[in-house]
Amino acid sequence: MRKRDLIVIGGGPAGMAAAIAARESGVRDILLLERDQHLGGILNQCIHTGFGLEYFKEILTGPEYADRFIRKIRNISDIEISLRSFAVRLENDRRITYLKPGGLHEVRAKALIMATGCREKTREMVHIPGTRPAGIFSAGLAQKLVNIEGLLPGREVVIVGSGDIGLIMARRFTLEGAKVKAIVEIESRTRGLVRNVVQCVEDFDIPIYFNHRISEICGKDRVEKVVVEKAPDAAGSGQPPEVFDIACDTVLLSVGLIPENELIEMAGVEIDRRTNSPVSREVNKTSVPGIFVCGNSFKVYDYVDSVTADSELAGRQAAEYLRDTRW
Amino acid sequence: MKIYDVAIIGGGVIGTAIARELSRYRLAVVLFEKEAELAFGVSKSNSGIIHPGTQHPSGSLKGRLCVKGNKLTKKLARELYIDFKEVGELIVAFDEDERRRLLDIKSDGDALGVPGLRMVDKKWLRKNEPNLSDKAIAALYAPTAGIISPYRWVYDFAENAAANGVEIRTGVKVTAIKKTPAGFDITASTGKFGARYVINAAGLYADDVSGMVGLNDFRIKPRKGEEFLLDKKRGHITRHLIFPLPSKTSKGILVTRTSDGNPMIGPTAEEIDDKEDLSTTREGLRKVMEGAKRLVPSVSENDIIAYFAGLRPVAGDDFIIRHEPGVPGFVNVAGIQSPGLTAAPAIALEVAEILRKNGLALKKKIVFHKHRKREEHLFAIPLKKTARLIKKDAGYGDIVCRCEMVSAREVREAIARGARTMDGIKFRTRAQAGRCHGSFCTTRLMKILSEEALIPLAGVTKRGCCSQIVRGDRSDA
Repeated sequence: MRKRDLIVIGGGPAGMAAAIAARESGVRDILLLERDQHLGGILNQCIHTGFGLEYFKEILTGPEYADRFIRKIRNISDIEISLRSFAVRLENDRRITYLKPGGLHEVRAKALIMATGCREKTREMVHIPGTRPAGIFSAGLAQKLVNIEGLLPGREVVIVGSGDIGLIMARRFTLEGAKVKAIVEIESRTRGLVRNVVQCVEDFDIPIYFNHRISEICGKDRVEKVVVEKAPDAAGSGQPPEVFDIACDTVLLSVGLIPENELIEMAGVEIDRRTNSPVSREVNKTSVPGIFVCGNSFKVYDYVDSVTADSELAGRQAAEYLRDTRW
Repeated sequence: MKIYDVAIIGGGVIGTAIARELSRYRLAVVLFEKEAELAFGVSKSNSGIIHPGTQHPSGSLKGRLCVKGNKLTKKLARELYIDFKEVGELIVAFDEDERRRLLDIKSDGDALGVPGLRMVDKKWLRKNEPNLSDKAIAALYAPTAGIISPYRWVYDFAENAAANGVEIRTGVKVTAIKKTPAGFDITASTGKFGARYVINAAGLYADDVSGMVGLNDFRIKPRKGEEFLLDKKRGHITRHLIFPLPSKTSKGILVTRTSDGNPMIGPTAEEIDDKEDLSTTREGLRKVMEGAKRLVPSVSENDIIAYFAGLRPVAGDDFIIRHEPGVPGFVNVAGIQSPGLTAAPAIALEVAEILRKNGLALKKKIVFHKHRKREEHLFAIPLKKTARLIKKDAGYGDIVCRCEMVSAREVREAIARGARTMDGIKFRTRAQAGRCHGSFCTTRLMKILSEEALIPLAGVTKRGCCSQIVRGDRSDA
């Protein structure tokens, strides 16, 4: 089995920053595995601006931000980039099995950085009752459908939750000619950034219902309406909840993100069952020495700029680990 | 007008099991399914449990056909290369009174010929089912209970039936049936057909189909069941299928798992009127969590990754499986609720015998293909085998669904075998059935389906008819 000094899993902003920083800290043998056919990860579908203010002191779109790192990493010959490479198994001795069209490969890493990002919470995770028609999307899937595939997921949209992707998609849908009928947020304030509330919601007069939740999704083949009610905490005890319908053909979910850590969980790395983050006392570190986790798979960040900064640290931490461990 | 020997109405597990059984004989057989794909009615929401045959009175059709069907299922699963896991079930008692009721269930089961039933004590339970509630004092162990994928079972029956000459017509709704001297004239949404015999396996709508020939002596009452699937990561929480003591109308809230490895909790049992009401409710979740935690306290709401509701087609206490002497040639197979999935192969034999007794000559074909071409599911095979497959076909190394490890090759094969919708792909391959619920793979799946089945991207549906995933191109807005 081939041995590598450092393997980075994930070619989004976290993985690229970690690999580059590790190289700059002296690691000379690096393999980066990316499951997609492009580097850049989820930034590729984030065509809005607002990236890079901290890190580059410039306003960039997601693909522009990613491109800065893609150009850089492509020019580093000590980093081997393997695209369309899907890691299926990880052992706690840092043996990795991955699939590629044409082959299954096994390789062992002296140090490992996981930069696998996060996934969106689904309607099922927040237990919204009702039927299961077409027209229910995570905000990120809707974003991909519009921005990458050029498809319009729906024409009359209700957004559940006020996470940043949901807010950004509220503006996106409006600009595409669809009608965003409401954002329904169970908490008393938005979960997203203030700038997104202003630029994506208030500027377009999209109503937000705070302290409300969807009590039912209705529709046989396609979503027909949602039933909205006051959140139980807000309604006060003994009062019947205020209930009203909103007709729509689409429901977007923007109710939070969960770090993707199933691979290291399989390898026996301790995971916090509530957050799905690795149990850790120090940023990027896990219960298994030599296995690092960075970016949104370590914890969900608000800004990609912070992902980059902390992932660069992960690259340096891995380099230090490789230096300080006797092989 | 094409005239068939036998027309089967309904493409669920009952209709397709009958189709596969009849495909042994020199007969022209057609099966009509009104939905876009097979198994899209009652069968898709089935729990997938192959029951051992306990909990039915010894004189009932249900009891007899369940015990027989359990044995036949094992044999057929090997012939058709479907994954059947004989995991065994435990019916759990929490006090002395319940323990006594278990003994009654055991003697009913023994009388029906259910193999291997035995009582197990607390010590046995602690060792063999460690996550079971420590309040349980005993259980009845039925080793022959098992699990199977209900929809893949339907697809496998249908595919093998088709390989043996049965015509499977999906998206065809039968709207009228007229008795003629020679048999029946059938009016369907796509034209007219003739048949000498008609088998009504129309599930929830069996009463409507029976009514088309003037027989209105039973009604189908839907009984709704809500089920909740947990993350595969929690697959270890139980080893057996765990049942509480049954009530009058249901086997209670169970903790089981699917043949693909997800723990499953449910179902509720609620009499309703609307045959299309597949909604889940907060109350259903509450009941299911309460029932499941009573059996296995470590079950957590946070582990839920999917839920759905299904409707059991109930027509009285027992199955209705009979030739209708008032309308010669018309066979009703109705009210096939639990344990219908288990009984399906036995029901198919029963129906073949009914047809023979009523004048249909059953002559065996010279060539009958009893096996099906096996398909591979990466999630179910060891990585070594995956490596060999990838060498033969690079498409196995092109992973589309990350949560369930489904390759592009498997998706293409599912489409080649008949999938035409996103749900059809999900049921066959598990793509979209994992924890991200399709957030990552939907676009790729849409593109593969669009290419392989020549459907425009904007025309791809979730489950046929008006369930398009998107509402057009961006330029349409």
